[in-house]
Amino acid sequence: MGILVVAEHDNASLNGATLNAIAAAAAIGGDIDVLIAGKGCGAAAESASKIAGVAKVLVADDAAYEYQLGETVGDLVAELGKGYSHILAAATTTGKDFLPRTAALLDVNMISEITAVVSADTFARPIYAGNAIATVQSSDAIKVITVRTTGFDPVAAEGGSATVESIAAVADKGISAFAGEELAKSDRPELAGAEIVISGGRGMQNGDNFEMLYKVADKLGAAVGASRAAVDAGFVPNDMQVGQTGKIVAPNLYVAIGISGAIQHLAGMKDSKVIVAINKDEEAPIFSVADYGLVADLFDAVPELESKL
Amino acid sequence: MKVLVAVKRVIDYNVKARVKADNTDVDLTNVKMAMNPFCEIAVEEAVRLKEKGVATEIVVVSIGPKVAQEQIRTALALGADRGILIETDEKLESLSVAKALKAVVDKEEPQLVILGKQSIDNDNNQTGQMLGALTGFPQGTFASEVAVDGEKVNVTREIDGGLRTVALSLPAIVTTDLRLNEPRYASLPNIMKAKRKPLEVVVPADLGVEIKSTQTLVKVEAPAERSAGIKVSSVDELIEKLKTEAKVL
Repeated sequence: MGILVVAEHDNASLNGATLNAIAAAAAIGGDIDVLIAGKGCGAAAESASKIAGVAKVLVADDAAYEYQLGETVGDLVAELGKGYSHILAAATTTGKDFLPRTAALLDVNMISEITAVVSADTFARPIYAGNAIATVQSSDAIKVITVRTTGFDPVAAEGGSATVESIAAVADKGISAFAGEELAKSDRPELAGAEIVISGGRGMQNGDNFEMLYKVADKLGAAVGASRAAVDAGFVPNDMQVGQTGKIVAPNLYVAIGISGAIQHLAGMKDSKVIVAINKDEEAPIFSVADYGLVADLFDAVPELESKL
Repeated sequence: MKVLVAVKRVIDYNVKARVKADNTDVDLTNVKMAMNPFCEIAVEEAVRLKEKGVATEIVVVSIGPKVAQEQIRTALALGADRGILIETDEKLESLSVAKALKAVVDKEEPQLVILGKQSIDNDNNQTGQMLGALTGFPQGTFASEVAVDGEKVNVTREIDGGLRTVALSLPAIVTTDLRLNEPRYASLPNIMKAKRKPLEVVVPADLGVEIKSTQTLVKVEAPAERSAGIKVSSVDELIEKLKTEAKVL
């Protein structure tokens, strides 16, 4: 019985979150197989075969998997997963979409967003917006798990030489179809994997003012995020949200600008190595988690910061 | 068409959860409870579909202890037509909840089932998708827009890279994300009216469902506390500290 890790990819390349999921699999211990379900996904499979510690790459190349819909991928992973002791995926919006379907099809519970492996059947995961860490032991025959990427350092993308094997698709029931996508285009690093993240909150006042943050970010090679308040107010799109229900980040440096520090925002960034807060309200809760706090008007401080970096 | 909405009673989102001294669980004694915020969005979406003439009846269902009737009454005050409580004091895990909801789906035959994408207590984000698998319905998870169009529903989903729209055949499952809508407040007359709306109480056995647990909570601990650092007095000092002390620039 080995471990199946379902890779996240866009057919052309692997998403880095897959390397964190494989790290969790390695912590559990056992042979690690990686599934690439996609269409025309040979390049992604090729990359997966080079990942350190992977025994076998299984490729399901079929039109049904082009967009990795929850229904089709969920069915495939349930069928394939019967032969494994553990099924893992990164806790991305893709993994969170299909994996609970897989678990229900296998008649087992699922363990979401683990941040540590205690043993092969016991895992730690944050609950209540990270205000508590639960250690959960599963008695299910197959452990179905999503991995919070910030909990595991990625394995090396190179150095392995896994065999690549094609597998058959599971019949598409035709109940769902891809109808369109609006993806954010940015030359900046992805939020999830960035070394430095600069986030703006309600204090930014509008979307145009985020330009100030983009300028700082470009000087530092940083990603730009936002609080829920800023996203709800329509300043910036949803894919920038950091928090309990948005993206979870743990960069080397997190700079919170005009963010008060609601519990649900802290849940998404409090594992960052160094936290800086700039806020004009010295009572803002964000200062209680910040290593360096600057009480200042962001409209003075941010341009000054940009000019001095 | 009939819409089924599932709601959950959870800790009020303004309350910070505290871990029990013996590390067995989170302490919910005398803690304010409320409807899970994502479930409020689910109820609101159903009510809007009814106001648009798309939905004809809204059935709200919850599973949990007797007091969860409060959250069903809240949903009825917001515009749902009738409620079902699957009453149990057992520990509930997502698969059992999904199985109980499946039994309700079989009985009620809704065209659309709307759930919150996750509850703010266990942060699991599983039940809607599990219900999808058990019923064989397609799912539009983390929805920011729901448009019913004849025999199909188009759901715009919040994904890591932006937004994606999927076309689902009905009946279908939708799980709500934050931007789907802004829930209304219940008016006093509607709260009064809700008291007279039908609320059926059943037990899992009535639905032929057995509540099973496969997960043991070994312990619950408070996270490592992050202590407040220092205040710097200027941008210059901040840059200096980040370069020489934190060494992150």
